[in-house]
Amino acid sequence: MSKVAEIFRTLEYGPAPESAERAHEWLRSHGGALGHFIHGAFTPVEGRELSESLNPATGRPLARVIRGSAEDVDQAVASARSAQPGWWALGPHGRARHLYALARQVQRQGRLLAVLETLDNGKPLRESRDLDVPLVARHLYHHAGWAQLMEAELPGYRPLGVVGQIVPWNFPLLMLAWKVAPALAMGNTVVLKPAGFTSLTALLFAELAHEAGLPPGVLNVVCGDGALAGAALVAHPGVDKIAFTGSTEVGRSLREATAGSGKRLSLELGGKSPFIVFEDADQDSVVEGVVDAIWFNQGQVCCAGSRILAQEGIAEALERKLRARMETLRMGDPLDKTVDMGAIVAPVQLERIRALVEQGRAEGAQVWQPSWAVPGEGWFYPPTLCTGCAPAGTLAQVEIFGPVVAMMTFRTPAEAVELANDTRYGLAASIWSENINLALDVAPKVKAGTVWINCTNVFDAASGFGGYRESGFGREGGLEGLWEYVRRDDAAHGAKRASARVPRGRPVRKGAARGAGALPPVDRTAKLYVGGKQVRPDGDTCLPVLGPDGALVGEVGRGSRKDVRNAVEAARKAQAGWGARTAHNRAQILYYLAENLAARGEELTARLAVFSGDARDAAAEMDAAVSRLFSYAAWADKWDGRVHATPHRMVTLAMNEPLGVVGGVCPDERPLLGLVSLLAPLAATGNAAVLVPSRTAPLLATDLYQVLDTSDVPGGVVNLVTGLHDELVPTLAAHDDVDGIWYFGSAEGSAAVERASIGNLKRTWVSRGRTMDWMSADHAEGREFLREATQVKNIWIPYGE
Amino acid sequence: MSTSDAVVRERNPGVPLDLEWVREVRVNRSAVERRASTLGTRRTVKKAWQAAWLLRAVTLMDLTTLSGDDTPERVRRLCAKARRPVREDLLEALGVAPEAIRVGAVCVYHQMVSAAVEALRGSGIPVAAVSAGFPHGLSPLPQRIQEIRASVDAGASEIDIVITRGHVLGADWEALYDEVRGFREACGEAHLKTILATGELGTLRNVARASLVCMMAGADFVKTSTGKEAVNATLPVGLTMVRAVRAYAERTDWAVGFKPAGGIRTAKESLLWLILMKEELGDPWTHPELFRFGASSLLGDIERQLEHHVTGRYSAAHRHPLA
Repeated sequence: MSKVAEIFRTLEYGPAPESAERAHEWLRSHGGALGHFIHGAFTPVEGRELSESLNPATGRPLARVIRGSAEDVDQAVASARSAQPGWWALGPHGRARHLYALARQVQRQGRLLAVLETLDNGKPLRESRDLDVPLVARHLYHHAGWAQLMEAELPGYRPLGVVGQIVPWNFPLLMLAWKVAPALAMGNTVVLKPAGFTSLTALLFAELAHEAGLPPGVLNVVCGDGALAGAALVAHPGVDKIAFTGSTEVGRSLREATAGSGKRLSLELGGKSPFIVFEDADQDSVVEGVVDAIWFNQGQVCCAGSRILAQEGIAEALERKLRARMETLRMGDPLDKTVDMGAIVAPVQLERIRALVEQGRAEGAQVWQPSWAVPGEGWFYPPTLCTGCAPAGTLAQVEIFGPVVAMMTFRTPAEAVELANDTRYGLAASIWSENINLALDVAPKVKAGTVWINCTNVFDAASGFGGYRESGFGREGGLEGLWEYVRRDDAAHGAKRASARVPRGRPVRKGAARGAGALPPVDRTAKLYVGGKQVRPDGDTCLPVLGPDGALVGEVGRGSRKDVRNAVEAARKAQAGWGARTAHNRAQILYYLAENLAARGEELTARLAVFSGDARDAAAEMDAAVSRLFSYAAWADKWDGRVHATPHRMVTLAMNEPLGVVGGVCPDERPLLGLVSLLAPLAATGNAAVLVPSRTAPLLATDLYQVLDTSDVPGGVVNLVTGLHDELVPTLAAHDDVDGIWYFGSAEGSAAVERASIGNLKRTWVSRGRTMDWMSADHAEGREFLREATQVKNIWIPYGE
Repeated sequence: MSTSDAVVRERNPGVPLDLEWVREVRVNRSAVERRASTLGTRRTVKKAWQAAWLLRAVTLMDLTTLSGDDTPERVRRLCAKARRPVREDLLEALGVAPEAIRVGAVCVYHQMVSAAVEALRGSGIPVAAVSAGFPHGLSPLPQRIQEIRASVDAGASEIDIVITRGHVLGADWEALYDEVRGFREACGEAHLKTILATGELGTLRNVARASLVCMMAGADFVKTSTGKEAVNATLPVGLTMVRAVRAYAERTDWAVGFKPAGGIRTAKESLLWLILMKEELGDPWTHPELFRFGASSLLGDIERQLEHHVTGRYSAAHRHPLA
């Protein structure tokens, strides 16, 4: 029987490989050994240590790549630094032209880029060709637009300078684009370090960018491993910001390494994203959704839907459908246009996947894999469905970063939300239901930066991507992503170094400040304010508060670790309800707070005057505090999200959600206004706050709690813990149930807060010893505070019946 | 029954109308479109595989003429083509026996049935008649039933009818069920293909529900279109229907066939439909017993592609005999 006759009978698929010739030709044109790309040229490789870049589908070498050193990083940073003023001076339109040229270049060279990506990473060509490369071009186009519009849409903002970017091996080129496009659009220059396993497309991209006319030094690529080149980049004093995508473990070490350096940091880290299937979902579409969720890029996707949560009634049927579908998945040569799944990037990853699955099996999970065999050559792992997984088990908790999905069941929507949120991560979630009421009810309750309804792993440059919780902070894409690459033009606000003058508490004889013969005032005991109640400090000790002349003006409670703990617990309890209230309702309460504050104006002004010695200034601060409350009452129902114009038949809702429980360490400069300036934006946006009042005049805060009490602020929404900052702030900054912390104080204190935040990778906003001009509404109120008080969740809602 | 098992080849006798099942049907259009759009990017066939698959496509074709100016002579020409759809020299070059390659059926109006039956005698190629007030399906029910009987009496062994779309749009599932049951009875031994005219059903959910009701009522095939609607066979519609076929097979153990029709003109499209069948339903649904294309101009393109495979040169229409 002829071959055709045989295939006619069986109707089998045959090989359909894409040619790798052009990619190999490109590698050969560089002698099979690649240097860094610095200042518009490849650096020489002669005499340098090189590492092999391997093809995961065969295990064979593709090329050799230079291993970067600290000197190489120096050179690249110097190049970027020298290029930055010129790049910024090009202006919005000039940069837009360059980014547009890059987008066009990527489209012209799309197939070469896709093939090289597949060779280097092992992902199927279908993905590199149809998803990675088109999205790369899309990000460049989109950000060409932001470059063009920067002056109009981000007035008063400036680039950060030189940005160090570290990208992972799972989407080498796409993550490059997500990082490079906004950085360049906003006028920064870049030193990018690709992953050690996958450097080739970054180098090709840099060469193509240079050919497309990008000035030397604007984009530099330094190869090497994280421990050497990556660490050198992170530590380099000439780098103004680090943007990182990778594991939570490394992200944590970067937070620690950059703490106190003044470098900005954005982290896009791991995930264990839930894939929630309600009983009224289109189950056949759910099955394809799972394919896209966990077998896309072999599951080596930070936002992979790796936990299927299925409603009990349909779980069995869904499992049956999934098994049938897994049998028809095709795995093999990633360059073959008929495969669904390619290779795992490296043996070390393959071993990790194997070990975790075996651990899950040992814990009692049932592990199911299709009957077909994986290719004998190269590093492959079959699609794997695990059932009988307990939420506490390894497979349900640990990010496997492979084609392994854990399936669990739930009974009610509330239980689905509970299970979905039972993770330290918060990158993405997928919700499947034909009931829009249910889907839109669950979406805001899931702690995740991206929520896909009836779809999964859909991306676009117009929509921000990034995590909640230990999945990191910062967004990439959309307007929300631009803030990571700009700073306010401080020159316009006259910010200055904070004075280090802090009155220190010291024992003073009571009554020393009182004139002889005067009737003593009624004794007042200032307490802490926790959960809507005035409570004595846990240790039952007090601190004296002195006026500027050193005279005792009162005492405040000396809060301890345990008081911080209690305050955070109270805040956590209150936050869900407060966040769920209508913005109008929160606005009303803030107005009422302003009203009651004003009613006590005279008394509080007098108190302020004791500390400042300037009655007129005290009155001005008092007025400013009332005005500030009005401002955020006004903002409460105006801090709108956006509807992103993503190129699908979808609405993509960018919602501003509260961080949750936020710690606030108040500035010394303006004891009342400073506190109100933190409290009001946090409360307006639905957060619950644990505030540590200023060291200079904590008594004002304790005056304030009576105002809070009378203003219908629900208990726990605002908590005030007075005491020694050295005792309170480290506890607050390290607390794993605090979602964010604002710190207005010294540079050293800022560094300590950043360092202490690594436990749960909470978002930090620290002043680094610079003072705000608190009296200026322009400087110390408004959008920046609101942005810091919220995180953007993007909810993708496809439509069409 | 698993769809990958050998299919029970006995005719689907139908099952009682199960309204609960009909109502619980869920189709998410965006997700269906997403899957449909990646079928052709996840799978492809090249070289010898492409040639072999195209030959299979030929055998799945209901070679069709449904023109107002059809004549018995024209139909005889079509039938001659049906017997030898691909030039013998090409088949020889491909190493395929000519007798293995003949079309799935010839599809004509009632008036042409006897001419077709005569012309195809001895070939084993069935004659399919479009019937029951085709293409509108709006003539009185007794007349539609009568028309089916007449076509069966004239020798048609397959009957393609169009359902009353109003029953679907009005969610009158009992009426649709009874109508199709009546058609099935009138068919006797002839196989019934129910055309949903999906371009007129409004939503994919309606397509899925109508497919299900037709199968419950005893349809042998569900078919997308008459070829006369503004929108014909699209992949999302096809995907929706084959998933309904799968659901029916899983729950009842009966295998029902699928026939996309209208607008399928290129060899490439025919491969895409075959990929859809293989992926969603499995190999049994890639044979003429359970899968047909309704097509009038598809064959010409397939012939050209086959000649290109054999000679390495792009072909021309006039090098292949007319139907």
